[in-house]
Amino acid sequence: MGDIFADDLPALQVVVPLVTAPLCLVLARWWRIVWAMCTLSTWTSLAIAISLLQTVLADGTVSYAMGGWAAPWGIEYRIDTMNAYVALIVTGIASIVLPYAYRSAPLYLQKDRVSLFFALMMLCLTGLLGMTVTGDAFNVFVFLEISSLSMYGLISLGQDRRALTAAFQYLVMGTIGGTFVLLGIGFLYVVTGTLNMADLAQRLPEVTQLRTLHTAFAFLVVGIGLKLAMFPLHLWLPNAYAYAPSAATVFIAATATKVAVYILLRFVFTVIGPDIAYGDLPFGEIAMGLAVLGLLSGSFVAIFQQNIKRMLAYSSVAQIGYILLGISYATVTGVEASLLHLFNHALMKSALFMAMGCFFYRLRSSRLEDFAGIGRIMPWTFAAFVMGGLSLIGVPLTVGFISKWYLVLASLQEGHWILAILILAGSLLAVIYIWRVVEAGWFASPSERAARAREAPLSMLIPLWIIVLANIYFGINTRLTVGVAELAAQALIGGAP
Amino acid sequence: MELAVALPAAASIPIALTGRFPNLRETVTLITALVVFVLVASAVPGVLAGDRPELTLTEFLPGLALQFRLEPLGMIFALVASFLWLITSIYSIGYMRGHDEQHQTRFYVCFALAIASALGVAFAGNMLTLFAAYEVLSISTYPLVTHSGTEEARRAGRLYLGILLGTSIGFQLLAILWTWTVTGTLDFTEGGILAGEIQGPAAAVLLALYVFGIGKAAVMPFHRWLPAAMVAPTPVSALLHAVAVVKAGVFAILKVVIYIFGTDFILQNSASDWLVWFAGATILLASLVAMTKDNLKARLAYSTISQLSYIVLGALLATQASIIGSMMHIAMHAFAKITLFFAAGAVLVAAHKSEISDMAGLGRAMPITFGAFFVASLSIIGLPPLGGMWSKWYLGLGTIESGQWLLLTVLLVSSLLNIAYLLPIPMRAFFGKPKDGTVHTRMREAPASCLVAMIITSLACLVMFFYPEPFYRLATAIAGAQ
Repeated sequence: MGDIFADDLPALQVVVPLVTAPLCLVLARWWRIVWAMCTLSTWTSLAIAISLLQTVLADGTVSYAMGGWAAPWGIEYRIDTMNAYVALIVTGIASIVLPYAYRSAPLYLQKDRVSLFFALMMLCLTGLLGMTVTGDAFNVFVFLEISSLSMYGLISLGQDRRALTAAFQYLVMGTIGGTFVLLGIGFLYVVTGTLNMADLAQRLPEVTQLRTLHTAFAFLVVGIGLKLAMFPLHLWLPNAYAYAPSAATVFIAATATKVAVYILLRFVFTVIGPDIAYGDLPFGEIAMGLAVLGLLSGSFVAIFQQNIKRMLAYSSVAQIGYILLGISYATVTGVEASLLHLFNHALMKSALFMAMGCFFYRLRSSRLEDFAGIGRIMPWTFAAFVMGGLSLIGVPLTVGFISKWYLVLASLQEGHWILAILILAGSLLAVIYIWRVVEAGWFASPSERAARAREAPLSMLIPLWIIVLANIYFGINTRLTVGVAELAAQALIGGAP
Repeated sequence: MELAVALPAAASIPIALTGRFPNLRETVTLITALVVFVLVASAVPGVLAGDRPELTLTEFLPGLALQFRLEPLGMIFALVASFLWLITSIYSIGYMRGHDEQHQTRFYVCFALAIASALGVAFAGNMLTLFAAYEVLSISTYPLVTHSGTEEARRAGRLYLGILLGTSIGFQLLAILWTWTVTGTLDFTEGGILAGEIQGPAAAVLLALYVFGIGKAAVMPFHRWLPAAMVAPTPVSALLHAVAVVKAGVFAILKVVIYIFGTDFILQNSASDWLVWFAGATILLASLVAMTKDNLKARLAYSTISQLSYIVLGALLATQASIIGSMMHIAMHAFAKITLFFAAGAVLVAAHKSEISDMAGLGRAMPITFGAFFVASLSIIGLPPLGGMWSKWYLGLGTIESGQWLLLTVLLVSSLLNIAYLLPIPMRAFFGKPKDGTVHTRMREAPASCLVAMIITSLACLVMFFYPEPFYRLATAIAGAQ
């Protein structure tokens, strides 16, 4: 690569996976080559994301004019601390998931379908990264659709036929969400005549047609809310996560909702501005109410699930509640807590879902009753699951604790005592649903399926444990995460795009 | 100091690796325990001379570090825990083998981790480090509590983790965050950090959040986990539920009282006025419940709950004498209670008896075991010439200093109750006759390693009466500094 491409890194961030996707189809007959190529491509993306973050931290915001057309006429890719950080999360998780998918993806797919799976993964990565780095509102919609369409495909590749209905359900809901986002952006275009986010931010204060602006904001929030599974728009999520192929679940659960949160933050704080969102409109109150409902109902429903992947999916709904809660405060600490939880939740959920994938690889089931006694038979996977669970609960020295710390801190600073208590109560609910699995795996005598199982293959265990150790590492050394999240939050609240 | 924490944690790896060779595995455990004790003991003179060595591992949140700091109070706890780990290791070799327990390697690994975290609690330099070590301790002891894997163990484990995590996340973490929000620091500072930051009723609420949030101190109504945890193998009950875990709880309360609130601050704000009654009630109620228990370990568990509240009470009274009494009681009670548990385990291994009513006449077959039990009972009751007298003396002085005559009565009544539920056990064992008339002629004493452990700890109770110096001096180093 060298320095020749250094200036084009923002574009390459999206182009590398985009180019890989069709190549997957060309080489479809040799899925191992496809896999190697995709792995290399995501690692390259990760390297780009790291280098972009370094650049941003050192020199400030990077603006890149696509095709040499200057903003606001051309499409601008604009990278500041926050989206460099989100891109790091997305590519980091992808770089771990792909090696893991080597054994997990071909489990029940036909050989040519395996290549299709990887092609969809690459497209999904393209879409998510595109949404992240672009500085153009319409571009967000385009990449949103790329990532969504590839996700519908990925989910429908699940082993179970229920995967098809899950994918269809998501397709319907996702399309509604996408349309709403498009309508919102359209309204913004009508009142300002521009699609560039920075430009929008500058022109919106002068807009006099406030009703149109408010309508645009409402459409955007609902549309993005569907994508990020904001309560009560989360109904597509449990089935989608539960029936998608293991590797796809890990990737989607860890990244897709995160990018949607990023888009929400971008529109609320950068484009529309907190004055309108929190001042004129009751976004803060609504988000707070929905967040609390989401985190309580998600945790509560999770306790009664018999399918563990569904249980973790409901837990994700609850975790999104935490993220939303931080945003609803509109303070630096609150947004910082949310940004931290983006990173930390990606780590803990991917650890848990990866462990689930390992179990599924041997058991061909993710039902609680088949889990009986699995702790003795797959000790490494089980230990990883327990660590992931502890992180989810928020035990000190794991990333979960860091998130919880900042979130409660943000609540106390705002004087929201009740919310602080509710956040901690949510952790206690997590203890209950995680410990159900731990008890089943640890004490019960092995089920029929478990008795025939053995430890998961090394190529799945190594990525799993890398994530588990990352859960601990970033729980102790928070210089990177807290530092970057703080910078990003200050930049957002300060209003600087 | 860092070695003392890191060593047991690091030793868990060779212990796990040498699992197939029990002798080697136990050697590793014993050597580690010995080295740790020597390390801790060698730090005592320096601390007495006023050294407060500090070690910052990593600053894991801005302004909040994972930090260790040696001070006299932590020294007492660390000394007791590391010494008794050594003794318990000797004991558990005989017990675990004599009892043919399963999964012994897992047992020793978790044990080492638990001790590492207990020492982490002892040396913690700020409240966050203490909290982290406290939680690790809860989790690393869970596999020990549920060791047998039965349905009963499973239910007990649920209660254990449920109460400990529930209180610590629900109350303690909230209290810590509250403290951090108002003061901006969590460092243990002599004289406390809250003065001027919080007043009146709020201080009382915060203190209550700490006291109940530290569920390991088993103040009623959050005491149920302790009797439940008695399904664990006896060495676990002995070390963890008479020393490491429960003492980590009361130790944490003492730390909070002395270094977060500051005793003067508590007295000025009357922050503990109503909390002392919770401690007082726990002392009496737990003693009463203990009298109704026929299962020996259950009786000892309730006795522990009662004795822990002595320490909590002493801390909450916040006078000089009561603080000294509390600190000394950490050590005195630990030695006496571990002896009682050792004896209970010895009876189980040698005679397979767990109910007190079945133990009549056993004393003649197991004189050493019941002799040790007798000595330790006297120490718990607080009679001379045993160490337990000193701590009760200072605790009593503390109640007088603060003019709480009613609480003094509670202490005295409880001592009488101690006599009523502890002394009949050795009496009956020595002088009673078995119900069915069998004579225990073929019964033999417990394995030698168990006996050695019991003899050492019961002698220690005796020695500490005549030579309470080190503990007393460490205790006054704090209380005097107030």
